[in-house]
Amino acid sequence: MSRWQQVLCALMMILVSGHAVRAAEVRAAVLRVDYPRLLPVSRHDLRADDIGFAGAVLADEDNGTTGRFLGHGYLTTTHAVTPDNALGRLDEILAEGVRLVVVQAGGAELLRLADRAAEAGALVFNASAPETELRDAACRANLLHVAPSNQMLADAVAQFAVWKKWREWLLVTGSNPADRALGEAFRRAAGKFGAKLVEERVFEDTGGSRRTDSGHVLVQRQLPLFTQGAKAHDVVIAADATDYFAGYLPYHLWTPRPVMGSGGLRPVSMHPAHEAWGATQFQTRFEKLTQRRVASEDYNVWLALRVIGEAVTRTGSAEPEAIRAYALSDAFELAAFKGQKVTFRDWNGQLRQPILLYDGWTTVSVSPQEGFLHQVSPLDTLGLDRPESACTAFN
Amino acid sequence: MKTLLLGTALVALGLSPAMAGKAFVSNERGNTITVIDTDTWEVLTEFAGGNRPRGITASPDGKKLYVCASDDDLVRVFDTETYEELPSLPSGPDPELFVLEQSGKRLFIANEDDNLVTVTDTETRQILAEIPVGVEPEGMGISPDGKFVVNTSETTNMAHFISTEDYEIKYNVLVDQRPRYAQYTADGTRLYVSSEIGGTVTVMDIAEDGAPTVVGKITFEVPGVQPEWLQPVGVKVTEDGSRVFVALGPANRVAVVDGQSLEVLDYILVGQRVWQLDFTPDQKYLLSTNGNSNDITVIDVATEKAIRSVQVGQAPWGVVTID
Repeated sequence: MSRWQQVLCALMMILVSGHAVRAAEVRAAVLRVDYPRLLPVSRHDLRADDIGFAGAVLADEDNGTTGRFLGHGYLTTTHAVTPDNALGRLDEILAEGVRLVVVQAGGAELLRLADRAAEAGALVFNASAPETELRDAACRANLLHVAPSNQMLADAVAQFAVWKKWREWLLVTGSNPADRALGEAFRRAAGKFGAKLVEERVFEDTGGSRRTDSGHVLVQRQLPLFTQGAKAHDVVIAADATDYFAGYLPYHLWTPRPVMGSGGLRPVSMHPAHEAWGATQFQTRFEKLTQRRVASEDYNVWLALRVIGEAVTRTGSAEPEAIRAYALSDAFELAAFKGQKVTFRDWNGQLRQPILLYDGWTTVSVSPQEGFLHQVSPLDTLGLDRPESACTAFN
Repeated sequence: MKTLLLGTALVALGLSPAMAGKAFVSNERGNTITVIDTDTWEVLTEFAGGNRPRGITASPDGKKLYVCASDDDLVRVFDTETYEELPSLPSGPDPELFVLEQSGKRLFIANEDDNLVTVTDTETRQILAEIPVGVEPEGMGISPDGKFVVNTSETTNMAHFISTEDYEIKYNVLVDQRPRYAQYTADGTRLYVSSEIGGTVTVMDIAEDGAPTVVGKITFEVPGVQPEWLQPVGVKVTEDGSRVFVALGPANRVAVVDGQSLEVLDYILVGQRVWQLDFTPDQKYLLSTNGNSNDITVIDVATEKAIRSVQVGQAPWGVVTID
């Protein structure tokens, strides 16, 4: 009998006897794939060495504090790997008996990892990859998405723009595939909420255009030129998933307009200045523990592990299938410092959640916006909805 | 001089000068305490209350005011007559809400950032105990016999029943998401625990020995208000247990609940983002703190109607009244 099976047996006994007093250990792993990256436009966006992992440390503390009263212990290991080593490390994690894995990786690796995990009966949580496709035709039954999708992020921006009556958009898209995918999400969002793309422009990634030292002089000259002569628009929407130009758009446009999307007002899961709905407590606990400020990915990992903790607390089981079933059930709800409970879409495994609109300084607004109604939940106005979903793995 | 003369006149008439009741409101963002006359509903004064004042209560004799100064990591103490600051009490880090035992001796304080309940002696100003509880402790209720303090932990989602004798947790009850407040009935046979994000109030029957049994849940529904905004926080129960008042946060309403059937009878429209509640000592009025409209609403308990609002400081959080 493996250690994992022993834990399961102990948990089953707790469930049967109704007394949650036996010590049980809930084991999880965070697997982060690190890609070669260029420097971000802003030093504020530098990735900490422990990005994501810090969220896991806090989650273990939070879950452990609760678990103490129920006889549940939580142990999460963290793993940073190169893309080439991702599958190998996952195999090692699975060989240790861990069946709950939080992944920080791009979409392609994520699917490979989720499929390998499925063979071992493991449940995977996506804490990073935003590709909408992963929640659509490419969805996987053992893959739950805590990270919001590109479509959710784009819809969050679009709702705010429409609420402001900024309906005429100049869409500026980067030239890389990820930028184009995000651009497509904004295009769909415009159609969904009644905004109009008066013009689209592509800002070519020619490489080597990082502007350090006196680079601002160049930026100040190039961007007005690039945005000159556009049809009349209310707002500039930037789709720059690669992070090479959108950060420079505010204040450098030919026509003075607000910027939203990848620059200016950005949609995020969490940011360090967010304090509403008790988030101050989350921030202070995180900062005390890690000596740095939180990033969305830290929050996503924390939230994924809190989903596990909540499911174990309520069901008394740490078995992946039981956690999945509970998370997707109507009974599941979780407080996440966003003013309302977060729940899962049971038809594609995406976590429903409000999206914060952040200007780099404070929470400017939170979507969904007032007045955008939905027959199930206002949160379902963000991202793919059930009728348009091509996901069949959850049927 | 005028007051003195009036007082003399009243004494001459054989009446004692009626001491006006007062309400004290902690203003979380304004770092002040607003004092309100509960006869005229006029603001008497506003004084500095320390950094981020939240939980607020008074000594049984009404002479001392205790305030959780969350960002000062201590409990500030004020004279309710002169508003002079008295020596502070140690509270442990980030005190949010507390409850004073009936004798006025021990204060049980929730330390939100440190997952602790701190017990402080108000006379010796010493910390008597630190009790580890769940994540983000907030709500603090005390049984009328003083034997149990109930703490709610917002991220753990439990009500912890702490014995005031040995400071051990005797019972843990899982409730819905983000429990904010715990309130016993005056006869001690029932406990209400509000869950802000869960949108419910869990109702427990309390046995002689203090053991809780969950017997029901109160849910809320207001036409035209998104269910997500019905966020129960403060709870108060009338002396006879017949009515339970529940503050509903961003729904800007106080629910009136039948204490027997647990049905919601009415929703009283108040100010914006209503959190905490307190009765006047005679239970004629119920006051609500409305954090986003910077006012309190005065509710007439008999008619269950809001009768007026009083502007206070910035982001009112808690309220306590004295005779």
